[in-house]
Amino acid sequence: MYALIALGYTMVYGVLEFINFAHSEIFVLGAFVGVEVLLLLESAGQLATLHPAAILLLVIVTGMVISGLAAMALERIAYRPLMGGPRLVALISAIGASFFLQDALRLFESLWRNTFYLNYPSLEFLDKNIPITTALVIPVKSLLVIITALLTLVGLHIFVNKTKMGTGIRAVAQDPDTASLMGVPVNRVIALTFFVGGALGGLAGVLFGIHYSLVNPYSGFIPGMKAFTAAVLGGIGNIPGAMVGGMLLGLLEAFAASYLSLLTDGAFGAEYKDVVAFLVLILILIFRPKGLLGETVRESKA
Amino acid sequence: MSQPLAVIGLSVYIIASCALAYLFPQSVLAFLLVESSLLLLYYAQVSGRTKIILGATVLLLLLPALGTLNAYYLEIAVQIGIFVALALGLNIVVGFVGLLNLGFVAFFAIGAYLWAIFGSPHANQFIPGGLFPLSPNWFFVFLILSVVVGALTGALLGLPVLRLRGDYLAIVTLGFAEVVRALVNNLDKPVNLTNGPRGIAPIGKPPLFFKPLLEYFGLEIADAALYPMYFYFLVLLIVFLIILVTQRLENSRVGRAWKAIREDEIAAIAMGVPVVRMKLLGFAVGASFASAVGVLFAAKQVFINPESFTFMESIGVLAMVILGGMGSVPGAILGATGVTILNLQLLKGLSLWLNGLRQSGAVLSLPLLGDLPLANLPAQFEPAKYERMVFGLILILMMIFRPQGVLPPKQEPRK
Repeated sequence: MYALIALGYTMVYGVLEFINFAHSEIFVLGAFVGVEVLLLLESAGQLATLHPAAILLLVIVTGMVISGLAAMALERIAYRPLMGGPRLVALISAIGASFFLQDALRLFESLWRNTFYLNYPSLEFLDKNIPITTALVIPVKSLLVIITALLTLVGLHIFVNKTKMGTGIRAVAQDPDTASLMGVPVNRVIALTFFVGGALGGLAGVLFGIHYSLVNPYSGFIPGMKAFTAAVLGGIGNIPGAMVGGMLLGLLEAFAASYLSLLTDGAFGAEYKDVVAFLVLILILIFRPKGLLGETVRESKA
Repeated sequence: MSQPLAVIGLSVYIIASCALAYLFPQSVLAFLLVESSLLLLYYAQVSGRTKIILGATVLLLLLPALGTLNAYYLEIAVQIGIFVALALGLNIVVGFVGLLNLGFVAFFAIGAYLWAIFGSPHANQFIPGGLFPLSPNWFFVFLILSVVVGALTGALLGLPVLRLRGDYLAIVTLGFAEVVRALVNNLDKPVNLTNGPRGIAPIGKPPLFFKPLLEYFGLEIADAALYPMYFYFLVLLIVFLIILVTQRLENSRVGRAWKAIREDEIAAIAMGVPVVRMKLLGFAVGASFASAVGVLFAAKQVFINPESFTFMESIGVLAMVILGGMGSVPGAILGATGVTILNLQLLKGLSLWLNGLRQSGAVLSLPLLGDLPLANLPAQFEPAKYERMVFGLILILMMIFRPQGVLPPKQEPRK
């Protein structure tokens, strides 16, 4: 799960060396688009009649496209005018965008549905469990998340390393000025990167919504922070790194949630899993800022 | 405008606005007019001494006098003061040193909890002896103590993270604030330090040491009426001290070193500026301001819980600094005042107004959409609930159109 969101951060960071603070809102937007599509299908009475795979595909694709477009719009409005300026300026603008989107989403949903806490309609085929042994049961939902994440990783890897646009992205990441001299349309590549990053965020959002079934405009903050931690853990700007980081962080948190109270005699319980995640972030940044699989972060002026 | 004319004009404005506020004690607008007189004063072409005299009259005499009519005025003034102090603290970190600190509210929380735990009966739960709550006289001791604790935590956080680049630093401070909040939220066990999400109450107020003096002059004022006034002057004093310290620092060796780091870190190193030590100092000074105001905040609120110290507050303070102009003291004051008024008065006023319209069954005629009966507007549509949107917009628009802020720092030529 974290791995998926982390991929979006990494995409944008890798190219622009810029932390997209609003990524967590793009992610939530994806979750909301997903729930809206499902609710619309439900009110049209199609939820029971359509093939499950078709529903899933429809939800995911709409979520990805809309989130991707939103990320592109965001880049055009809030970031591009600031790209030449100091780094702090773009960062603050990103934080502003993040806050603005949260309330914009809330406003929209309040006017449209009269509430901004939305429940995913339950999909029967996803609520099943696959028994491996009698003790080990895997819910279909989790399987869906894992498989999608792996497919995305492979797809992204091919896209970045094998296609022409991917070459463009890597060129811009290395040196935008030289890339533009070589005839790479830098602005278009950056927009594309935001689209891909946003689409990944949207995908993660839809899956998040399906998995936890309740979304609200503010639910992106904590997953966003953790995904960032995951991206940093694996080495930011590094696609397999984001994946590894996400999985490690997920495991770490699950262990913290279940064993912390055992280890400390019940003094510290599962409520400290967020603390653990952030401590990991701080420790990694201090001791190994390049991450587990990362290249050395260039020491440049802030 | 010639000088005497300007002075007369200003005085007339101040008197007129105060008269308005006196006649309509509930009016938000009248109060805004009084507040804006200070802004006018700042811009007016009059000598420094006149400015000080007029400003002091408004702040020390007229506002408290109006406060006796409507205690809400003083409440707002105190809130503004608290945020001004916070913004000034963050201004040092973001504006002078150029480090983006997204977890500023953590230091505020540390100060607030420091006094909350020991200034209320709560500390009895883990320190035996029934010593608590400490007598109100300890308030001032804790005010000083909080400066030290704030500076120490600031330095402690700064020590490992200041080697990081700007955007990483932002994330780490954000993470730190979340850790502090999570700790405060969960430290009701194994030892009940913070009482968790339920918060701590009642927190002791500062001592009324001057009460005998007032009684000597034959003034019998009930404590309940005295406290708002008292807090107002206390906040004023703290803000004044902070401004003093900030300005002294700004024009000192330290301040010049900070600005050098902000402008070009590598050049600063080459010039022999001890970068790490200076950054740490900036962090510590900013944190100590926030922590001191935290003590005051806890005493004013009587009740605090972790809800008061969310990421939202950090961003709010950041928006204030950005709006006013990074690195500018008057800017930070203006930004804090503006955003606080926006939050407390304008948005709330707008909400009330909309509610009133909704209940009266007014119909909004839009040229394109036709008639929209306002009663059909969902109750969720309340401007006061959308402060995030406002903060977000402020940040984006300011960054795009005026990154230096409304009142940018003056670039005085160095001799």
